[in-house]
Amino acid sequence: MATHFIVHDKADTVGVMVVENAQAGQELTGWIMETDETIAIKALDAVPLGHKIALNEIKSGDTVLKYGHDVGRALAPIGKGNHVHVHNMKTKRW
Amino acid sequence: MGRYQFFGYRRENGRVGIRNHVVILPLDDLSNAAAEAVANNIKGTLALPHAYGRLQFGEDLELHFRTLIGTGSNPNVAACVVIGIEPGWTGRIVDGIAKTGKPVAGFSIEGNGDITTIANASRKAREFVQWASEKQREACSIEELFVSTKCGESDTTSGLGSCPTVGNLIDKVDPLGATTCFGETSELTGAELVCASRAATKEIGEKFMQVFRTYQEVIERHKTSDLSESQPTKGNIAGGLTTIEEKAFGNFQKIGKKAKFIDVLKPAEAPAKGPGLYYMDTSSAAAECVTLQAAAGFVVHLFPTGQGNVIGNPIEPVIKLTANPKTARTMSEHIDLDVSGILRREMTMDQAGDQLIEIMLRTCNGRLTCAEALGHREFVMTKLYQSA
Repeated sequence: MATHFIVHDKADTVGVMVVENAQAGQELTGWIMETDETIAIKALDAVPLGHKIALNEIKSGDTVLKYGHDVGRALAPIGKGNHVHVHNMKTKRW
Repeated sequence: MGRYQFFGYRRENGRVGIRNHVVILPLDDLSNAAAEAVANNIKGTLALPHAYGRLQFGEDLELHFRTLIGTGSNPNVAACVVIGIEPGWTGRIVDGIAKTGKPVAGFSIEGNGDITTIANASRKAREFVQWASEKQREACSIEELFVSTKCGESDTTSGLGSCPTVGNLIDKVDPLGATTCFGETSELTGAELVCASRAATKEIGEKFMQVFRTYQEVIERHKTSDLSESQPTKGNIAGGLTTIEEKAFGNFQKIGKKAKFIDVLKPAEAPAKGPGLYYMDTSSAAAECVTLQAAAGFVVHLFPTGQGNVIGNPIEPVIKLTANPKTARTMSEHIDLDVSGILRREMTMDQAGDQLIEIMLRTCNGRLTCAEALGHREFVMTKLYQSA
């Protein structure tokens, strides 16, 4: 079975798309590297290769976790399966 | 000798190189034309034109000298001709390189003009290049190898695949006594405390944090935005990286899971504490960083890319790897190792690390990298502030 997205750490709230043409509405399979678990999620957006998909609901202002670490904050409410990028997430630095 | 043997050039000071360049090194911007003319006259030599060397002062001038002396001293350089506008600073570069014991000669332009200088320097370069062409490779072992790393045009596949592949290599060669180096101070923003925890001692960790804070002050002083599109770059963002913190944790995968860094180097400063992993204070701009690492004596470079940075260096071969399947497909002439199989779960990190070791040793034995074959010779001096 194809892996559509990969998650670094069990605690992460986003995964990374590793296929090129995932469509909105598609059922996706993900692999958590840390624990070698497989998870499933339905894409709400067409998320391009290398871009992030939300693994659960993220409230505006919430910290986004990747590599098990704080990598920024949400600028808007993000639904499970939404595309996460510069339109709804920002650095806490600079 | 062990399984990680390669064939290199042993230099007068005992250091091992993997290339055999005769470099024509200009002291300053004014001497580029003469240096390039000499390299055009004498086949098999390599001119390294650059933009600086006039009216610099203080720490910036020290860095200029350290970079040029270090470049000429790199074991990938068999011999060096230095050309400068005047004899004083030219002699300082020559004397610095001469400490390695390798052949070096200086020529200055004032009072002679370009044409006489070019003629004299060409005669010496002809002598050097014929001498160097008779040097033979000999068997060397991994503990004689100096390996640097820096990533560029990263995307999220860098943190998933190509950077941890370099980390896997570091995990394997560090216990064998290789000397390795990472840098990119601004690109650890968000991961700085995790990085500091990888220092061999608390004191080295604090030294790293001081360097990190100083760089942050430079950014805070000059920034006009949150640096989005500069750091992360537009290419990073196109590839899915959203914030500097996210980019930093991906970058940080390059030092693997085990090795501790044993010192914090100034830009272009040669390692002095023996084998091990070193941190160097550098810009995160690819050519600036690799130029500084080459000037510190590193002879082979591992460069993970996501979106497809095409950088090379004139004296230090740059090996590129990517885990991005699209980049591997659309920019294949730039990619020495495709590890996109990691993302398809067809390749383990351990297998990817072994493949990188293999391509690194083949490169050390003389295989040209993609960047060398394509003629990428980005030699970029780091400038700390305005000239006087």
